[in-house]
Amino acid sequence: MIRASYSRLLALLALLVAALFTASLLIGPAGVRPGPALAALLGQGDEMLALVMREIRLPRAILGVLVGAALGMSGAVLQGFLRNPLAEPGLIGTSASAALGAVLAIHTGLSLAFPLALPLAALAGALVSVLLVLILAGARGGALALILAGIAISALAGAATSLVLNLSPNPFAANEIIFWTLGSLADRSMLHVWIVLPFLLAGFALLVPITGQLDALTLGEDAAASMGVDLRRLRLLLVAGTAALVGGATAVAGTIGFVGLVVPHVLRHAVGARPSRLLPASALGGAAMVLAADVAVRLILPERDLKLGVLTALVGAPFFLRLILKTRGNAL
Amino acid sequence: MTGLVLSGLSCRHGRRVVIDGIDLALQPGEFVGLIGPNGAGKTTLLRAAQGLLPFAGQSSLAALPPRERARAAAFMPQGREIAWPVSVEALVSLGRIAHPDAAAEVDRLATDRAIAALGLDRLRHRSATTLSGGEQARALLARALAQETPLLIADEPISGLDPAAQIEVMQMFRQLASQGRTVLASLHDLGLAARHCTRLVLLHRGRIAADGPPRAVLTTRNLADCFGVAAHVEEAPQGLIVQLLGRAARDT
Repeated sequence: MIRASYSRLLALLALLVAALFTASLLIGPAGVRPGPALAALLGQGDEMLALVMREIRLPRAILGVLVGAALGMSGAVLQGFLRNPLAEPGLIGTSASAALGAVLAIHTGLSLAFPLALPLAALAGALVSVLLVLILAGARGGALALILAGIAISALAGAATSLVLNLSPNPFAANEIIFWTLGSLADRSMLHVWIVLPFLLAGFALLVPITGQLDALTLGEDAAASMGVDLRRLRLLLVAGTAALVGGATAVAGTIGFVGLVVPHVLRHAVGARPSRLLPASALGGAAMVLAADVAVRLILPERDLKLGVLTALVGAPFFLRLILKTRGNAL
Repeated sequence: MTGLVLSGLSCRHGRRVVIDGIDLALQPGEFVGLIGPNGAGKTTLLRAAQGLLPFAGQSSLAALPPRERARAAAFMPQGREIAWPVSVEALVSLGRIAHPDAAAEVDRLATDRAIAALGLDRLRHRSATTLSGGEQARALLARALAQETPLLIADEPISGLDPAAQIEVMQMFRQLASQGRTVLASLHDLGLAARHCTRLVLLHRGRIAADGPPRAVLTTRNLADCFGVAAHVEEAPQGLIVQLLGRAARDT
């Protein structure tokens, strides 16, 4: 019975993602009617329209799914590993470091000379942060060492980003940096999809085998180890997997907050609180949330270029507060 | 491999030696109570024996690769951590993670047996985090039981349980031993340890102070020297009776 309702939940979430993906393809400033738009996507009809659909709308919708799934899943993984519902993907320092890499690419002008320099620099930043976190957290260190290492690296990367802004030669560069860090999926091409796809696929592939081990961790590290979980290997896979996901997502979309925090929290009860079930559900839920937010930024203030990351935080924070109040009510 | 063999097992926290040169061999069919005052090293011994702590010396269990170890021994840690509000049934079934190749039906039967053994049928679909402390302890013990290993290690499994549940758990351990399994449990209730264990190991300041059948270990002398308590120990028709009377007169 529980199993049946779990499959139903996944099916519902998948349907929601499919619907929002279609909406993301069909809604935009070009104001095309659905019929011709979908036809153009398949290569029929107006050539100009086909270009819009294939080179602007399609990559944006695909990236919405990928980035949302990456953020939702890595949030669920970190919450499961740290056994803390307040954990979020940025906790191990990857998003701040990826952002620093991107900011450096903008600051040095590399991103103007060579458009792909920005995502590549962000990925490089993420990679450096993973190596640093693993070195700082030590071979045997538990969850606490990992959190502290992540906080230290986040703080350092944040400070370095501030320094770059501080030393920024002109207000335009500073402006560009700030806008990039707000997070957006606008004006991305299929090339962006191809760059991050390997990282995201690698991230999913690294994390899927550890889902059962996260279940065992529900009972603490000793109990998990006694059930055959190799904690060191688990932590290595987990850090590498989440870093690939978060680094990839940040590289193409900037920093998009609250998705990785709110989505697992919302779905936890519906999956019976088991981390292994929360992972796929959160991946779908994250994709739905990012797609919905990305459609919303095109509908609300389309002429002002409202940033995706701003909207997810604006919607996510009050929603999160409501959940906290509800939890408090249950506890009393 | 059944039972457990430790030789020269030592463990330190920084410069302080917590357990020192433990030699111990447990056989199938034994229900061994590990007793000793707070800080004697009981938890450290149980954890080091499984390779959960860095140690010196040998442990037959820690020598196994993690997956094989999980099929050789189940462990109920002292810290009763349940991070997420999973159902009792889901919690107990976590023990089956140790058997990734087992058929779903085998897993289900093992889970059902463990739930029945600890009288958790009524709580089966309750969220584990809403249970009382004693009920949680029973659910966590059922999880270890569902692992269905020849050796069961439990760190203070009966603390926080009501008297009837304490006796039931002790009887269940004894029954597991009589079926040819090995049970090693740290205990603080000397009366229950005396009545139900087949063997007691008394740990004092990181060393084995006494090891043998309950009547040989629970002498008034040992109780005074290691626990600092005066006790009345009597061989009654129902078994060994240990009644604590007060603090021992001399300081140990």
